[in-house]
Amino acid sequence: MKILVCVSKVPDTTTKITFTDNNTKFNEDKVQWIVNPTDEWYALVKGLELKEKLGGNVTVINVGNAENEAIIRKALAIGADDAVRIDAPETDAYLVAAQIAEYAKSESFDIVLLGKETINYNGYMVGGVIAELLDMPYVALVTSLDVNGSTATLKREIEGAEETVEVSLPLVVSAQKGIAEARIPNMRGIMAARTKPLKVVPASNAEALTEVKMYEAPAPKQAVKLVSPDNVEQLVELLHNEAKVI
Amino acid sequence: MAVLVFVETHEGKLRKSAREVASYAAKVAEQQGTEAVAIAGGSASHEELATLGQHGVTKVLHAHDARLDNFDSKAFTKVVAAAVEKTGANTIILSHSFSGKALTARLSARLKAGAVTGVLDLPAADGSVKKSVFSGKGFAHYAFKTDKKIISLNANSYPVAKGSGSAAVEDLGISLTDADFPVKVIKVESEGAGIPLPEAELVVSAGRGLKGPENWGMIEDLAKTLGAATACSRAVSDVHWRPHHEHVGQTGLTVSPNLYIAVAISGAIQHLAGVSSSKVIVVINNDPEAPFFKAADYGIVGDAFQVVPKLNEAFKKYFASHN
Ligand SMILES: Cc1cc2nc3c(=O)[nH]c(=O)nc-3n(C[C@H](O)[C@H](O)[C@H](O)COP(=O)(O)OP(=O)(O)OC[C@H]3O[C@@H](n4cnc5c(N)ncnc54)[C@H](O)[C@@H]3O)c2cc1C
Ligand SMILES: Nc1ncnc2c1ncn2[C@@H]1O[C@H](COP(=O)(O)O)[C@@H](O)[C@H]1O
Repeated sequence: MKILVCVSKVPDTTTKITFTDNNTKFNEDKVQWIVNPTDEWYALVKGLELKEKLGGNVTVINVGNAENEAIIRKALAIGADDAVRIDAPETDAYLVAAQIAEYAKSESFDIVLLGKETINYNGYMVGGVIAELLDMPYVALVTSLDVNGSTATLKREIEGAEETVEVSLPLVVSAQKGIAEARIPNMRGIMAARTKPLKVVPASNAEALTEVKMYEAPAPKQAVKLVSPDNVEQLVELLHNEAKVI
Repeated sequence: MAVLVFVETHEGKLRKSAREVASYAAKVAEQQGTEAVAIAGGSASHEELATLGQHGVTKVLHAHDARLDNFDSKAFTKVVAAAVEKTGANTIILSHSFSGKALTARLSARLKAGAVTGVLDLPAADGSVKKSVFSGKGFAHYAFKTDKKIISLNANSYPVAKGSGSAAVEDLGISLTDADFPVKVIKVESEGAGIPLPEAELVVSAGRGLKGPENWGMIEDLAKTLGAATACSRAVSDVHWRPHHEHVGQTGLTVSPNLYIAVAISGAIQHLAGVSSSKVIVVINNDPEAPFFKAADYGIVGDAFQVVPKLNEAFKKYFASHN
């Protein structure tokens, strides 16, 4: 099994988000960067589980600049065998996906695993674009994945139900909670990660199709209106007359 | 050039999201001085599809093929791309639903058209669209760099318009082969008869403060009174008090209902990431210092075990006198 896991770099989940330059840029000052949670906990660990069961190799790939190597090393510490960084700016989801697809084209991976979304741009985009560019089947929002020979059996969420589907390899999967249990890197993994191969690949030709013109901070929340627990009728009244949601 | 809108059906019926995106597309078409055309796949009846006219859609292209009753991003990409070609549409609208997410991405690559997902509002005068980023901690206004533009609309972000029109239904005239359907659905397990959480307008959610799964009866009762879906915090689904599909937050589902009632949930930042775009948030917590109150519109400081049953009675009384 040749497995490719796409990992992205995102601000830690507790980061206070602010913007600079007239709200045209995300303020990266003092930001702690982490591996996007669904990539680390679910996509990567599922890749490792498949390798442990079926043999093979897990490569992690990231599109971004040299600063991203800290999170790439983290993925290696958790257990990936080797890594690729494509030296391109992460301008938009299409560009990132096109870079990954271009690299993957010549490598014939059996499975490409991604997280369901990044927690910074919340795109849900990269996996589907890769699948289309490589003409591979794509199953998104997967909660369980098993491979038997050349057939993958997956569970995915749809509105109001969970579906079990079968697909022949190769395929692209976006992973979410349920597919695997997060792993914490141990000392041996961290040591080993330092010497695992990390290949830097130059960017290929791809353009971004969208751009952020401006950011906007959410409007400050009005102070909460408290209702007495002995007068819950007042809450019903407020929801009807003031908030107009019932 | 028409605005094209992809509408989802389920068991022969249009989904709620289909009526939202149809209403939205009709408005976008009006802005552009053109008409909104819908594309649907599967075995829904012409009568059902024609009801999209109520929301301002003039014509429905129908890929009548029972294999399209199940979702496969590859097959649907081919169908929607064919409809784009047929209509010459430059604006393509989908729902940011589970299937819509997968289809939007694939379609973007097929058409080499910029896509913005989870859009919250109509395009601005300059064509840019607004979406939530950083998991609810900010918004971004995106511009498209391509002539063809794909927008996926966040759930509950645009009201369903209700008129009396009827749309003309026309066959798309596409022939699909088995190779277009690499994904075979072999089993479907329903989560029950309730309202699916991603589509719900009203949500009652509860957290670890409820102490055990046996105490969820009052949450379900309240949800039933309101016609709401139920949700929970991650702390609750992690210990299997509630099923995983109810987990909202950064690592779970992102919801944007009109009303989110949070019972005995502390309001950790990762929880808020999944619910902060709710229109109105009500928090019930016995700790006045619970962080959730800072994100709430209305709050009750009190013991959930007393407040929730009382609130349920008050809602019942309200509905009895308003129906
Ligand atoms: C990377 C990361 C991702 C995460 N993703 C998510 C996510 O997607 N979703 C999510 O929910 N969490 C997520 N978490 C966990 C999150 O940080 C919190 O730990 C979790 O949300 C806490 O759940 P809770 O509010 O139910 O429980 P608690 O924090 O234990 O809060 C219980 C609350 O109930 C109140 N309470 C107790 N008894 C009563 C009573 N009788 N009446 C009224 N109130 C009462 C308490 O005052 C307290 O505020 C994530 C954490 C990390 C680190
Ligand atoms: N810069 C990147 N490099 C590698 N993989 C990425 C990158 N950005 C996003 N991904 C992958 O694509 C998934 C979906 O991202 P998005 O479409 O941006 O929400 C993420 O969970 C990652 O697995």
